[in-house]
Amino acid sequence: MKIAYFAWVRERVGRSEEEIVLPPGVTTVADLIDHLSARDEGYAYAFAERDTIRAAIDQELVPHDAPLAGAREVAFFPPMTGG
Amino acid sequence: MPAAISVAITAGAVDIAGETARFAAGDPAIGAIVTFAGQCRDEGGRLAALDIEHYPGMAEAQIRKVAEAAAARWPLHAIRIVHRHGRIVPGETIVFVATASGHRRAAFEAADFLMDYLKSRAPFWKKEIGADGIARDWVSARADDDDALGRWE
Repeated sequence: MKIAYFAWVRERVGRSEEEIVLPPGVTTVADLIDHLSARDEGYAYAFAERDTIRAAIDQELVPHDAPLAGAREVAFFPPMTGG
Repeated sequence: MPAAISVAITAGAVDIAGETARFAAGDPAIGAIVTFAGQCRDEGGRLAALDIEHYPGMAEAQIRKVAEAAAARWPLHAIRIVHRHGRIVPGETIVFVATASGHRRAAFEAADFLMDYLKSRAPFWKKEIGADGIARDWVSARADDDDALGRWE
């Protein structure tokens, strides 16, 4: 599964995207945030303000309780500031 | 007839005069055209530029979705939205929105709606570049931008 990061989430994790294999038990966006946060300080820092983080599955905004089943691409980013 | 929706995400400058001249040209049923341009400010000399990051693909899809919501709500003939990414200096256009309708109220309201939703739904993020050329912080999302959506519910 491809994971993409944008803006300060990207800066804090130190990469813009990566491929990961979901471990057993990681079935929702929230589970994935827990899994990634446990990796190192950068990931932990990126996801520290958990409620602030927006998530998209296959380019559609989703809540943190959304299931990952069938997802090709998951993205994490801060609240948008376009326009 | 459904509204003609056109969306562009571009790193190049937005040609407002050209966009406006081409928009909905030749449709005699149109009685009102509203155009809006959102520009980069220098924040009183503090800013040299904005770097705008976006999520390719999702940015266009989300903007198109917002445009379809506007078209379902108001009797529009056409919608055009152009959004920049990359480095933008004060005075340059970040976003251009145009709406065309038979009458003015629909065109005004739809343009206002589009801007409110673009700000909180389209995946773009602004980073400030200071007057000294050094990258500063990411622009924070404003609570009143979210509050603005309440007007349309």
